[in-house]
Amino acid sequence: MTKLITAVIQPHRLDDVKSALEAAGVRGLTVSESSGYGRQRGHTEVYRGAEYTVDLVPKVKIDVLVADEDAPGITEVIIQAAQTGKIGDGKVWTTPVEDVARVRTGEHGDDAL
Amino acid sequence: MEFQLDTGNTAWLLTSAALVLLMTPGLAFFYGGMVRVKSVLNMMMMSFGAIAVVAVIWVLWGYSMTFGADVGGIVGNPTDFFGLSGLTDDLSLLAGSGVPAYVAVGFQATFAIITVALISGAIADRTKFGAWLLFAGVWVTLVYFPLAHMVWGGGILGGGENSIAAWLYGSTDGLADLAPIDFAGGTVVHINAGVAGLALALILGKRKGFGKEPMRPHNLPFVMLGAALLWFGWFGFNAGSAGAANDVAGLAWVNTTVATAGAIIGWLVTEKIRDGHATSLGAASGVVAGLVAITPAAAALSPVGAILLGLVAGVLCALAVGLKYKLGYDDSLDVVGVHLVGGLVGTIGIGFLGTETGLFYGGGIDQLVLQVIIALFAVVFSFVLTFIIGTVIKRTSGFRVSEEQEVGGIDLAVHGETAYETIGARVVTEVK
Repeated sequence: MTKLITAVIQPHRLDDVKSALEAAGVRGLTVSESSGYGRQRGHTEVYRGAEYTVDLVPKVKIDVLVADEDAPGITEVIIQAAQTGKIGDGKVWTTPVEDVARVRTGEHGDDAL
Repeated sequence: MEFQLDTGNTAWLLTSAALVLLMTPGLAFFYGGMVRVKSVLNMMMMSFGAIAVVAVIWVLWGYSMTFGADVGGIVGNPTDFFGLSGLTDDLSLLAGSGVPAYVAVGFQATFAIITVALISGAIADRTKFGAWLLFAGVWVTLVYFPLAHMVWGGGILGGGENSIAAWLYGSTDGLADLAPIDFAGGTVVHINAGVAGLALALILGKRKGFGKEPMRPHNLPFVMLGAALLWFGWFGFNAGSAGAANDVAGLAWVNTTVATAGAIIGWLVTEKIRDGHATSLGAASGVVAGLVAITPAAAALSPVGAILLGLVAGVLCALAVGLKYKLGYDDSLDVVGVHLVGGLVGTIGIGFLGTETGLFYGGGIDQLVLQVIIALFAVVFSFVLTFIIGTVIKRTSGFRVSEEQEVGGIDLAVHGETAYETIGARVVTEVK
């Protein structure tokens, strides 16, 4: 079986997380720019004296598919690499995946990772 | 008078004219960066549209209405030099410094253009493009040319024998004994545009979501670039207004630089204290506030006086830009807060800081009185006429795009374009 690990992290931690995942043997991942907020709630900006509250702050979302038994380890790798200890560091979650196929070869399951 | 060509002065005026023309595309960047992604093209097009309309009109009847034979102290005769016919070098308004008529025509054209373009900042995101072009042509004809004539063309706000100054303080040999000072356009350009912007902002009404939705500047580097181009072009505006390559031009150049520097400091200190940060938008805005304030005063102040004037302008304009939220009008890009307030600071500041006749230099209050009179005259004249012109356009062709077009983005609705390709926002399915 396969698991999907999704991490929403600080954009400036992306390079470290990517290197750490590579070192841990992950051979592919998907990165997307996203925005959102958690407990830190956005921030304020002031333009010519007019204050704007920006609710959504920029984040990076990483999706990585791993074999079941690797999931806890990979989650730990992401946390280690993405952590700054400050509010706004993000979240990592795992979801079960019913099937994965590699488009080029038609392989299924863990063979497709 | 036999015309004697002065190549040095002519070269400088040709250069200055090109510099001042560059200010309007510079303004397009300054304003364009301050609006949202969906309306940057329309904002820039209002400046380019002003160039197109006003340059043509200037040659046809604008120059004549500004510098043609005086009619009642209010306006020049439009038929005098219609299409520039009958204009010869000995009739050039810069004939005294050996600058040919066409050079003077070109130099002055650029002032009319930028004045109209400045107004567009008050009505961002919501103005019909055709209505704007119509307004540009009508307004420059009925408001700018007469006011420029009154101040610079021998009208009642100048220093001739038939002027308010002569009536108040007497005249000798056809010249007022004490003349109001507007060196490069504090009243004609900045107070005029600032007040017109206010009138149009009132006529068009607020943008949808004004004061509720965020309307952040979408590209602050554009704003910085625009401010830099404006500053560069302003050397032609102020130092070129000496009408010659001489010591007055040099003084105007130095004052233009130090007043602007002072205004950056004034603006940044004000917002650091008030909002906690010295911002790039504040610096760019301070640049323009300082340039506006020194415009009428560029040759009347000492460089130290200019620094002081710039500081005051920076602080007052930084405070003034917040007023629209309290007073409830949507002067979108602060034409009032920067150009009207800056123009008033400069025009009236001469009454205090003028080295020859200013109050602080022992000149008494006469100059100050004259400066207040021309400033107030410009405010009332411009507001009343602009309000009438704007109302007529609103009632006939309409002045504002539909709410749907405004919310969806005026660039796409009016110009059929969008400024930026954002990922996923648009898929081109067919190319013809």
